[in-house]
Amino acid sequence: MKARVHVMLKDGVLDPQGEAVRHALGALGFSGVEGVRQGKVIELDLADGTSEAEIGEMCEKLLANTVIESYRIELL
Amino acid sequence: MKAAVLVFPGSNCDRDLAVALRAAGASVSMVWHKETALPEGTDLVAVPGGFSFGDYLRCGAIAANSPVCAALKTHAERGGFVLGVCNGFQVLTETGLLPGALIRNSGLRYICRTVPLQVETAASAFTSGYDAGVRIDVPIAHHDGNYVLDADGVARLRDADRVAFTYVDNPNGSVADIAGVLSGNRRVLGMMPHPERAADPALGGMDGAPLFTGLIDALADA
Repeated sequence: MKARVHVMLKDGVLDPQGEAVRHALGALGFSGVEGVRQGKVIELDLADGTSEAEIGEMCEKLLANTVIESYRIELL
Repeated sequence: MKAAVLVFPGSNCDRDLAVALRAAGASVSMVWHKETALPEGTDLVAVPGGFSFGDYLRCGAIAANSPVCAALKTHAERGGFVLGVCNGFQVLTETGLLPGALIRNSGLRYICRTVPLQVETAASAFTSGYDAGVRIDVPIAHHDGNYVLDADGVARLRDADRVAFTYVDNPNGSVADIAGVLSGNRRVLGMMPHPERAADPALGGMDGAPLFTGLIDALADA
């Protein structure tokens, strides 16, 4: 089985890289880009039967830093 | 005073930290990240700067989950002293021993220069060699030194006098200009600036040396 973990900076945390991308899009002439948030996608190749709770534990312990990041698990 | 300097793949300030600690009078051993125990009688664990594990995933995240960091956490929980510099500070926030997190500099650039800091408190073994309020010049060298903590967390640090150093001219976007923070028991310090790079006149400054000499004096008295 496979799972995909999406990790994003939490809403209150300013994202300097996202801001830089927003400016660059503006410089390319794309108007109306009001915000950009940049995150990570981590794909996991897992033994069959791995529970979502176990993936959640992986996120809490390593894949995300929950002080600044939120995560979402997608089972594929 | 017995110090253990941790070494991870990608550490690059480990020997500098050992030199500064030895110059201040500590006996120092280098401890590889795969070790599961610290040397007997370790008083201080020093977590050096560098790019542990290539900064993969997040700066300090992989190192924080290495075998030696389990021993580091036990040492800290027993009331042992811990100093984390630069990548070492990132490791300490990732272990949860210090609050907050360090993200990409607000200006997105890697910054390597000497900056003025203000010593915010003299009430810790690490800062006892300074007078509170003095300004010191210490090099920074980081890409991810932007300290993030929510407003309540910052207020809690301030109320408990746990901000050790602030930037005089904030170079990286850190909340409340914070450059270094102490744990609740004041025995764990994490800081982005490099005091070990300002602890020998040949390196162009001595403003970092009182951190090491003060620490060793404080531990000798303890």
